[in-house]
Amino acid sequence: MSLWTRITGWMVLLFGLGYFLLPLLGLFEFSLKARRGVYSLDAYAKVIGDPEFQATFAYSVMMALVTIIIGVLIVVPTAFWVRLKMPWARPYVEFITLLPLVIPAIVIVFGYIRLYNTSSFLPLTGTILGTNILLAMGYTVLALPYMYRAVDTGLRTIDVGTLTEAAQSLGAGWFTILGKIILPNVLVAVLSGAFLTFAIVIGEFTLAALLDRPAFGPYLQRIGANKPYEPFALSVIAFGITWACMGLIQLVTRFSKHTKAAS
Amino acid sequence: MAFLDLSHLEKSFGNNRVVKDFSLPVEKGEFVSFLGPSGCGKTTVLRMVAGFETPTAGKILIDGQDVTNLRPNQRNIGMVFQAYALFPNLTVAQNVGFGLKVAGVARAEIDKRVTEMLRLIGLPDKGPSYPFQLSGGQQQRVALARALAPRPRVLLLDEPLSALDAKIRVSLRAEIREIQRELGITTVFVTHDQEEALSISDRIVVMNGGIADQVGTPFEIYNRPTTRFVAGFVGTLNLIEAVAGPTGTAKIGDATVLLPEGHNQAPGGKLTLALRPEGLHLGHGRDVVLPATVTGVEFMGSVIRVDLTAMGTKFSLDTFNRPDAPPPKAGDETQVTFAARDLIVLAD
Ligand SMILES: Nc1ncnc2c1ncn2[C@@H]1O[C@H](COP(=O)(O)OP(=O)(O)O)[C@@H](O)[C@H]1O
Ligand SMILES: [Mg+2]
Repeated sequence: MSLWTRITGWMVLLFGLGYFLLPLLGLFEFSLKARRGVYSLDAYAKVIGDPEFQATFAYSVMMALVTIIIGVLIVVPTAFWVRLKMPWARPYVEFITLLPLVIPAIVIVFGYIRLYNTSSFLPLTGTILGTNILLAMGYTVLALPYMYRAVDTGLRTIDVGTLTEAAQSLGAGWFTILGKIILPNVLVAVLSGAFLTFAIVIGEFTLAALLDRPAFGPYLQRIGANKPYEPFALSVIAFGITWACMGLIQLVTRFSKHTKAAS
Repeated sequence: MAFLDLSHLEKSFGNNRVVKDFSLPVEKGEFVSFLGPSGCGKTTVLRMVAGFETPTAGKILIDGQDVTNLRPNQRNIGMVFQAYALFPNLTVAQNVGFGLKVAGVARAEIDKRVTEMLRLIGLPDKGPSYPFQLSGGQQQRVALARALAPRPRVLLLDEPLSALDAKIRVSLRAEIREIQRELGITTVFVTHDQEEALSISDRIVVMNGGIADQVGTPFEIYNRPTTRFVAGFVGTLNLIEAVAGPTGTAKIGDATVLLPEGHNQAPGGKLTLALRPEGLHLGHGRDVVLPATVTGVEFMGSVIRVDLTAMGTKFSLDTFNRPDAPPPKAGDETQVTFAARDLIVLAD
């Protein structure tokens, strides 16, 4: 590599980093200015001490976990079955899983409210539990593109067909095959899908607001509209959570014990 | 009645008839090989036995039980794949114990059986390793142990050695045969390698285009091929055009020979005879003697392959190396001779 291409490479990298980091630095710097004249973590202390922050954050974490579980239960068997028995259906399934990226969340949630309102055949919005279920379902849909791609990519690294047949000839049924062979082998992929889901759910606004659930997204928005410094502290925290998720994806990928066997 | 009985198996994928009227009785403890070129339907038959494909027609019986419509996990059949197919997330010991665990066998008994199997395949210390830490040959041995651990009724191997180096291939095939004999397990072994099939089988099924062309012991398949395909696919062959004479005789050039028993072609008809390179000898003194020109000599150690032309056709001749008699050289004029009883009459 010549000196010039190397320098150009570095410049492009620095430009990219600056593009992302400078606004963040500004954000971070401003979030430290809650006390006049000095840098302090006052805004952070206030945010974290706010009982509503704690409640909404806990709620969203719960919802994220539920969403992840539902997502895994739906996506892993589906992606497995499509790869194993219906390879011709892959483009269609892929298309369907991409729909949530195209259809705005607001359309989804209005559809839900129309379908499951108190005077419908399944009045889910009539109870808190029902609404929570609806919200989790909505989150699952929003996370579908990421979860499906992650799992499908994971399945590509193992010989699904032969491993399944090997397990079958040893007497295993579908449940054992999925639980003992397929899932453990795509665990890294599932985890990265899970962290993405987590990041999406924590920050999601539209569904939670329109279904009127006390989630972190609407709280973020409310604080942002009404407080001077706290929103910036919150943004930094939100970024931190997302980055932690990304970091965890990297970590599990690197430290998984048998990724090398996936050839 | 045969232990494993395949009767009139048929399999079509769409309009493509891949297996045609395939019948084969396999005795208990027998080692049978399916030999044939790629795409002739070997794997498909094996997969029907394992339960991964449903026959379009026909029946599969194991020990008198009709298993044709049984699911693969209910058949109690061990399977070894070309690609090893070890579970990458499990250790060697867990792989070997998988079938027993699924069957609900007690932990202590699984451990005992796993130890026993690992000793059988000569990898007693590899239990805690993961598959990716093993060589290809070791992985395939583990796959064999995994298939055998639950004491299956039948063992199926689909080209288990094809992915391995030549040297390991030879040693592992002997090992597979030894283990099979020791356990007395009924085995079907698929290969496209004739040497492999000849060396380890009790019987060979030569397949061509979804049909079992010939079934027989390696000796029969090699020495008495009944079809042109079998004769050509297994070993090297010299083809001799002849004309049928009266009462089981044939005319080769000027010589009239008596064909091996049972062949009675209409006189005057064209006939293709075949001769193995080791049935052809330098010199004279047997039933047919032909003048020949040496075109090439290949020294292979204990055997010397001599290429010649006689009667306008090419012949290959194998002769044992003898330190006191150097082989002929290319260009030499010589004579070749063979006995009529070594001739193979090929049906078309
Ligand atoms: N699932 C399938 N769908 C369609 N055709 C198949 C399928 N499996 C095998 N075949 C066809 O059947 C023929 C025999 O295949 P196979 O049994 O694998 O041959 P072999 O193992 O002898 O090489 C091939 O022409 C192959 O293309
Ligand atoms: Mg095959």
